[in-house]
Amino acid sequence: MVYGVILAGGIGSRMGSVEKPKQFINIGGKPIIIHTVEKFMMISRFEKIIVLCPEDWIEYTDEIISKYIKNREKIVVLKGGDTRNETLMNAVKYIDEKGVLDDETVIVTHDAVRPFVTTRILKDNIESMDFCDACDTVVAATDTIVESFDGQTISQIPDRKFLYQGQTPQTFKAKKLWELYEALTKAEKDILTDAAKIFAIKGQKVHLVSGETYNIKITYPYDITVAEALIKNEI
Amino acid sequence: MLNTIYRLVKPRNFEIEFEEIDLNDDVVIVRPSFLSICNADQRYYQGKRAPEVLKKKLPMALIHEAVGEVVYDSREEFDVGQKVVMIPNTPFEKDSVIAENYLRSSKFRASGFDGFMQDNVAMRRDRLIELPDNIDLRVGAFIEIISVSYHTVQRFLKFSHRRKDSIAIWGDGNLAFLVSIILKHELPDVKLYIMGIHDDKMAGFVFAEDTFHVNEIPENMTFDHAFECVGGQGCEMADNQIIDYIRPEGSIALMGVSENRVPLNTRMVLEKGLKIFGSSRSGYEDFKNTVEFLSQNDKAAQLIANLIDSVIDVRSVEDMNRAFESDIKKAGGKTIMKWNV
Repeated sequence: MVYGVILAGGIGSRMGSVEKPKQFINIGGKPIIIHTVEKFMMISRFEKIIVLCPEDWIEYTDEIISKYIKNREKIVVLKGGDTRNETLMNAVKYIDEKGVLDDETVIVTHDAVRPFVTTRILKDNIESMDFCDACDTVVAATDTIVESFDGQTISQIPDRKFLYQGQTPQTFKAKKLWELYEALTKAEKDILTDAAKIFAIKGQKVHLVSGETYNIKITYPYDITVAEALIKNEI
Repeated sequence: MLNTIYRLVKPRNFEIEFEEIDLNDDVVIVRPSFLSICNADQRYYQGKRAPEVLKKKLPMALIHEAVGEVVYDSREEFDVGQKVVMIPNTPFEKDSVIAENYLRSSKFRASGFDGFMQDNVAMRRDRLIELPDNIDLRVGAFIEIISVSYHTVQRFLKFSHRRKDSIAIWGDGNLAFLVSIILKHELPDVKLYIMGIHDDKMAGFVFAEDTFHVNEIPENMTFDHAFECVGGQGCEMADNQIIDYIRPEGSIALMGVSENRVPLNTRMVLEKGLKIFGSSRSGYEDFKNTVEFLSQNDKAAQLIANLIDSVIDVRSVEDMNRAFESDIKKAGGKTIMKWNV
């Protein structure tokens, strides 16, 4: 079975002075998270769409979903964790508690603040699980990436043709992800902020799915302006 | 929902744009699966429409021939996963006499508003027809043009006199082929004559009595009725040839689209007492009957499937351009886009 997992755990610390977590800010007259949930609703293979958000915002999230989405039977709102991976594990534990977690259970995990994700990206993520246990959505890097260990001088400039920018969704066989995560030490868990990295560091293959440049993550106030312009076709 | 739309902004240039769909409206959301390119799309794509038309209509998503799968229905009347054909004609009034596709207030996809080149399409529920499992979705993609042929044949049966021993069809393209198949289905004993310019294409009309190059039609050739499926510059010659060769009181169906006005030998139209009627597009009932026709006639459906020239996997804007460019170069048949974008 395939589950959609929408990660809305952030509290928007990079958003400046806005009072609400960024996923609740309106673009195109609707909260960002609603746009994202609606995209997931177009994928019939999702058994459930699990939305994880900060504990204090569970009621609010539940209310806005009910307000904007009429047929919301598939949507479950759960409490996120302290870290991105802990949040993700809460979704896996939820599936386990329902007694339906097995080797073939797939979770398609996605940032709530990437509402421009397409059906094709979501489908490619799901279909890649036929031949791998983990995949990551990426676009080719366009900027030169500079590495610096001391923040003062360049350590190296990796060859751009081998570099990609990570987006979401990231999709995993849920049980395998859980097992790999549980096998990590506390120190490793603190370092491994990206779930795909858990697979990669354990020598597991992570398939690349092509993203889209417009599958932007709304992180900064500037991104809201970009998102609004995209909706109004001003770009 | 933020829907992604792939609009033609100027000839040969598609751009990605976004538009909000309110899922609480009374709409059915359909994910297109197979899209078929029509000459009308090509006229926009290649910039062959008049500059003022292009200026008025673009940016616009092209394609009015497509099938898809229901992904969301706010009323839950359609099952999720149901395969459907999408009807491009969208009427806004009802008339007890005039068919929906002739009402001037009706809007048409990829002409009056966005066509089906979208991530998901918000459809009015009366613009969808469920597809039975036995219909090849690649054929389903161009049900629209089959339904246009079906519509014209039904009008012909209504308007024409009862003697229907022989019918001539001018044109050797897709429309001529489809009209011929439907005529042969409706009138199994009719003798069909195909008048075209491509010997290889005419060879595909295996059910025809005979085929002739338009410059080599025997002088004594005659027939009861005729269909013109030529369009463009060739209309004038085709229409006037038909008027010359057709028997008195015959009916002529005009189906080819021309950007120019066509001078006709009206003296002969009067002398022979001919009935000339136009047909364009199709409506709900035509689609419904066409789906039934395809579902119940394996042989006809198989012949129609032979029209598929190529199926192009479309995953990006570059692929869309590739499909349209490949369609321009094709010898004949239909170019289908497998919509994986």
